[in-house]
Amino acid sequence: MKPGIVIFISFTYVALLFLIAYYAEKRAKSNKSLVNNSFIYALSMGVYCTAWTYYGSVGRAATTGLGFLPVYIGPAIIAPLWWLVMRKIIYISKNQRITSIADFISSRFGKSTWLGVIATLVAVLGIIPYISIQLKAITTSFELLTGRDDLSVPFYMDSALYIAIALAIFSIFFGTRNLDPNERHEGLVAAVAFESLFKLAAFVIVGIFVTFGLFSGFGDLFQKAQEHPEITRLFTLETSGITSWDWFWLSLLSMSAIMLLPRQFHVGVVENTNPDHVGTASWLFPLYLVVINIFVIPIAIAGLLYLPNMESDHYVLSLPLYNHQNGLALFAALGGFSAATSMVIISVLALSIMIGNNLVLPILLRSNVLEDTVRYNMSGRLLGIRRVSIVVVLLLAYAYFRGVGNQYSLVSVGLISFTAIAQFAPAVFGGLYWKRATKKGALAGLLVGFGIWAYTLPLPTLAEAGLISDTFTKSGLFHLELLKPDALFGLNTGSPITQAAFWSLLLNTMLFVVVSLNTSQSPLEASQADIFVNIYKYRTPGAEYEVVRRQAKVKDIIMLMNRFLGQQRAHLLLRYFEQSKHFDLSKQQIANADLINYAETHLAGSIGAASAKLIISSIAKDDPISLEEMFKILEQTKEMVEYSQALEIKSDELEKTTQQLQKANEQLKELDRLKADFITTVTHELRTPITSIKAFAAILQQNEGISETQKKEFLQIVVHESERITRLINQVLDLEKLGAQASKGIRYPFDLNEVCKNAFQGLKQLMEDRGVTAQLNLPDNILQVEGNPDQITQVIVNLLSNAIKFSDEKAGAVHLCLSKEGKNAQIEVSDNGKGIPEKDQQFIFEKFTQLSDKIMGKPKGSGLGLFISKAIVEQHHGHIQVISKAGEGATFLVTLPLESPQE
Amino acid sequence: MDKHETTVLLVDDEPNILIALEFLIQKEGYRVLKAQQGAEALQLMQLHQPEIVVLDVMMPEMDGFEVARKIRSNEAFDKTRIIFLSAKGTQKDRLNGYANGGEIYLTKPFDNQEVLNTINEVVEFGLFE
Repeated sequence: MKPGIVIFISFTYVALLFLIAYYAEKRAKSNKSLVNNSFIYALSMGVYCTAWTYYGSVGRAATTGLGFLPVYIGPAIIAPLWWLVMRKIIYISKNQRITSIADFISSRFGKSTWLGVIATLVAVLGIIPYISIQLKAITTSFELLTGRDDLSVPFYMDSALYIAIALAIFSIFFGTRNLDPNERHEGLVAAVAFESLFKLAAFVIVGIFVTFGLFSGFGDLFQKAQEHPEITRLFTLETSGITSWDWFWLSLLSMSAIMLLPRQFHVGVVENTNPDHVGTASWLFPLYLVVINIFVIPIAIAGLLYLPNMESDHYVLSLPLYNHQNGLALFAALGGFSAATSMVIISVLALSIMIGNNLVLPILLRSNVLEDTVRYNMSGRLLGIRRVSIVVVLLLAYAYFRGVGNQYSLVSVGLISFTAIAQFAPAVFGGLYWKRATKKGALAGLLVGFGIWAYTLPLPTLAEAGLISDTFTKSGLFHLELLKPDALFGLNTGSPITQAAFWSLLLNTMLFVVVSLNTSQSPLEASQADIFVNIYKYRTPGAEYEVVRRQAKVKDIIMLMNRFLGQQRAHLLLRYFEQSKHFDLSKQQIANADLINYAETHLAGSIGAASAKLIISSIAKDDPISLEEMFKILEQTKEMVEYSQALEIKSDELEKTTQQLQKANEQLKELDRLKADFITTVTHELRTPITSIKAFAAILQQNEGISETQKKEFLQIVVHESERITRLINQVLDLEKLGAQASKGIRYPFDLNEVCKNAFQGLKQLMEDRGVTAQLNLPDNILQVEGNPDQITQVIVNLLSNAIKFSDEKAGAVHLCLSKEGKNAQIEVSDNGKGIPEKDQQFIFEKFTQLSDKIMGKPKGSGLGLFISKAIVEQHHGHIQVISKAGEGATFLVTLPLESPQE
Repeated sequence: MDKHETTVLLVDDEPNILIALEFLIQKEGYRVLKAQQGAEALQLMQLHQPEIVVLDVMMPEMDGFEVARKIRSNEAFDKTRIIFLSAKGTQKDRLNGYANGGEIYLTKPFDNQEVLNTINEVVEFGLFE
């Protein structure tokens, strides 16, 4: 046959698929769904039968006899149980808006991003070889039809590449045209259902041709076979070369595959329109398997009889070709083509959804690209991610096919994929019925199971293909016999598939159980576990969030929905919400739990549960209030310790504050006491002269006969005491003024020489009156200090008056000397009086200190002079001190900082 | 008791007040002694055993209360009457005065006649018995 014809027919077939898909979508839009039908549903499940079934079953039957059966027996056994298991999964998935098997696992275990990522990787790595064998089948069928060796031509002339590209376009066109909140693609499902029918018809027609064309019925065929004992030997259980151990494991693998393969999950769960369709499927699908397998053995026998030297995988095609039935051969090839394409289309779509929702999006969301989402239309971006994923997956599959897959039979590669996917089984089925199962358990089981799978199955194929070193396959990893991939831990009964399945599933399940029992669930995990296990309690979508109360702004919710679902659909959904919940979005600021859950479920439909949770949590404040969480917090002693430490710090701070307050209080009390003291002292100081004045005034008034001398003496006392009062009042006022000036801070540079001279001049008369000799020494340079010259004058006058007062009674002498001492000006005031005893020196600058008469004679001061002087000097950043010894006079030293030269 | 046989000891650190009191009390007919300090007052007590002591409270070195306590601690002065004459005039100060052995507490600035009347009353109404 000419390649052009084959390619033309193939593309015509693809075009037919386009038409069917397009028609189904059109029907769906006008609410006359083709797909909402239990027969279509059951047929779409027929995507299970791939090129592997179509070509490989015959091949396997021709080499291992009944060994082809377990992969159909498994699903047939489990199908009646679908009413329980599959329906439950569907209910959960509809409730949780689950978009893929990876999403299902992630969602079950607290919407774990990590589980989603791992499950996606397992699925992608597990399925790529499987897709690659579909490409291989298509290529092989082309080669047989055209007689051309496609593998020997460069890849750009390889028709498989173009088939892959065409399939990518088809998948992109019908799988990613828009984001459907329910992830339903009616066009695709219709096309797949059609393909299921088509491949069944093609296979049965080839079977009829072989049985009734080449032979005259089953009886004739088996009779002919009887003549060849090596053929009949294959079809008795005991001698088929396949052990019951293998049967068991292969059945088990296929039981899980029929539900957990990404494409099966997609058509069976995600695309399901009505859970009750499962009922029809649970009898119709096994029937389909029976029909498609009826002619496997006849074709295999015929092949062995007619074409013993040809590849048994090709009998379906080569038998018609050999008998020059080109039309039938082309039809048979198209059947194989349909089996392969349906598998590829649905698989890449399911994988692209996983990659987008559970791998790429979480990474984007976590890596702060979220800000970008304000600028970009996120729903468009998501579709872009999926389209790219589809292309990448197909190219990877093509690469695997060119590099490795070509060397293996259809069945063995398919079983490798089955074993990978079976690793989901403990997490999915355990998670479905065992509430205690935890995220960590699922993660541990999945990782270890997948690790063993990778080590025992695909790695050796890569080694055999020469892509990696094969020492580990020959002598075991690290040269440990126990680690030989084909005899792991010393077990070498059964096929490599069986061994890998045994070890990976055993350890996967064990870890899943043991880790689950030894770890605890987060509140979200626990609530998800409850939803999954007791789904029938939660039939209304969104009712699950009673354990977590969340708050978000209405406008944020609307923004997110616009961004991820598109303006139009977001608008429709929100209008629906408003109507059904009687909630006016324009009048509300804060979204209630209903709206948040509504948004999250619909977002989950587009981007997967884990991503939706992430996105919602980016705008919603979680307010976990569950008892479980409270207990968890209580259990976490570390937090308790931290908390108590924080409390301790708090109480320390409180204590400090209290101490500070106490100190402040003490200071206030002290101030109060000082003030009271001051007032008492001042009043006493005032009372004393008043007492004298009053007493003498009364004496003078009442005693007329007092002598003139006495009268004079008494009046002198009255005058003197009056002066004393005046002085005291002035000084109290000075004290007040000092405080006021300090706060006002009147300061300017002035000439200290001038001040000293003026003060000295002012007291000259007094000194002369007292007969005190006085001396003034001023430096040659003018010393400038900054401050208030009046106050400094007051200090000098005060010190000089004291000096005059206390100087020697007979030959009094005072000395005022101004000098420069480093950066300071120094004023020295000295007298030649009795001096001040050392014990008293520390008190003389305090308020109202007056030294006893005995030494000094009764002073004639208020007791405030030195106190005020000290205060003034200190306000000028200076220092005052006294140097004195009893009997040797006293010297008062005042130092004031010189004003620094102007710059 | 005869005024002329009665000795009054005046104790105050203010010389002018001593002068005023001395003038008033001498004129009334008493014998007057003066002291500017507590220690000096106690010496005069020993020498002259005055019947009445007019005692200031706030004095340097030894205050009036201490002087009073020292007087009261000596049995020889049992009959001596102490009149405090202080610028401190709160109730607390008065109670302090009585507690330290004073019989009468007067405050400054004083009324001349009140001081004389008090001394006279102490003498006339036999507060000594």
